[in-house]
Amino acid sequence: MIRAESLTRQYGPLTAVDNISFTVQPGEVLGFLGPNGAGKTTTMRMLAGFVAPTSGRAEICGFSVEDQPLEAKRRLGYLPEGAPSYGEMTPRQFLGFIARVRGLEGERRRSRLDDVIGRLHLDGVMDQRIETLSKGFRRRVGLAQAIIHDPPVLILDEPTDGLDPNQKHEVRELINTMAKDKIIVISTHILEEVNAVCTRAIIIASGRIVADETPDELVRRSRYHNAVTLRFEAATALKAASASLRALPGVDHIEADEAGRSITAFPKDGTVIITAVADLAAAEHWALEQLHLESGRMDEVFRSITEQEAVR
Amino acid sequence: MNGVSTIAARELRAYFATPLAYVFIVIFLALMGVFTFYIGGFYEAEQADLSAFFNFHPWLYLFLVPAISMRLWAEERKSGSIELLMTLPVTTGQAVIGKYLAAWAFTGVALALTFPIWLTVNYLGDPDNGVILAAYIGSLLMAGGFLAIGSCISAANKNQVVAFIITVVICFLFLLAGFPLVLDFFGGWAPQALVDTIASLSFRTHFESISKGIIDLRDVVYFAMVIAAWLYATVVVIELKKAD
Repeated sequence: MIRAESLTRQYGPLTAVDNISFTVQPGEVLGFLGPNGAGKTTTMRMLAGFVAPTSGRAEICGFSVEDQPLEAKRRLGYLPEGAPSYGEMTPRQFLGFIARVRGLEGERRRSRLDDVIGRLHLDGVMDQRIETLSKGFRRRVGLAQAIIHDPPVLILDEPTDGLDPNQKHEVRELINTMAKDKIIVISTHILEEVNAVCTRAIIIASGRIVADETPDELVRRSRYHNAVTLRFEAATALKAASASLRALPGVDHIEADEAGRSITAFPKDGTVIITAVADLAAAEHWALEQLHLESGRMDEVFRSITEQEAVR
Repeated sequence: MNGVSTIAARELRAYFATPLAYVFIVIFLALMGVFTFYIGGFYEAEQADLSAFFNFHPWLYLFLVPAISMRLWAEERKSGSIELLMTLPVTTGQAVIGKYLAAWAFTGVALALTFPIWLTVNYLGDPDNGVILAAYIGSLLMAGGFLAIGSCISAANKNQVVAFIITVVICFLFLLAGFPLVLDFFGGWAPQALVDTIASLSFRTHFESISKGIIDLRDVVYFAMVIAAWLYATVVVIELKKAD
């Protein structure tokens, strides 16, 4: 279990992290979201024991990060922001070094090394200096060192930053396969990632937690949640359709987009209006190209939550 | 202890992974030769000892040792790898000692590679090899003292050039404390006890006393304490500044 209790970190007059508390249970994949500079990295550094909190405390598997740092660090795999490593070493030397420091010996070391090399597809670059590798490979070497000792707790600061879409997909698969029995905390500003891997999302703005929910719940906050978008074959049909849609019970308001030949109908209080809209379209014989139910837009939720916070 | 040796081994390997190690060793040996034979007048002295060689060690170390120590921590902080190192299950003390020992071992290798001069003097005459061995030990201890100072300064700076310059200045003060220039300045008015104290703080005084062939416990303890104190300071500095 990870436990953060009133974690606070000040840098001079600046409060980077302001009284953050949460716990994460095994099986949970927690996504940290927030604008740049919101305090994600500082929070993760306090959990990993790299930055000491000004006040509050962090616990990894029951061990205080400040008072029993070695016990806590043994149970933790950590990918720092930017995946730093020793550039003059090859991945083979580097991972061997990490394995040794982590106390992996003999057969166990060999099997763990084979495992992470396979999982992260590092076979082809094991004997090249890390500084000559592409950003994607460097990130994967960083991930490999984080999981080499098969830790119960993983803290990954932007694990997919700098990866191409295929590599991102692979890393998400990797996180998903490890998720069952581990505690995983990732930070990201790619919102689709939250849906893809996280069971829970915490949004941080100005050092404070402004939302702590499942990704589904977050999406439900969107004004687009349960809205229905219709795209017409011809823009001429838009005006007549707008009037009848607006009159439909359950519809709060509509937004028409002339250029896109589409109308979005927003429901009152998230009620389900898709059947009513579909029936109406059939009854009035609209020539539609598309009709779909919006589940909600994560980027819009993110913006509205974090901007509110910035104004406050 | 496992953490210390693993970190030391990695660090030592890193020296030889870049041209730094080779450049350093070549320059070190070349300067040793120049100082010993041209400035020190090794042949002209016509004495079967290596004092011409060892006399210049403090001055050579003054510039060469900070060149090794400057990257110890400054580079880790600049590249961000310090975050990796400090979140591994090792204490700050283990990391400091491991990296320091690697740097010291490296200097030891460079120093050991001066062995041809020992062969030369043995070929030419019949020197007291005990004295030479003592001087080598003294020289290594002195290098260790300089390195410990450099370790602390490197921990306090992200910029290697700044770390180099500050280290040279502090090492210079530690050297200078034993020179007549400084001692005479105090000798005119200060009580003898103070002059002795200042002299006793000098690397040079202790190095010279060892290189005369007598390994006095006091001199060894002096270097051990200097090293321990500066390494302790390194730990404190890193704890304070690692994440800045």
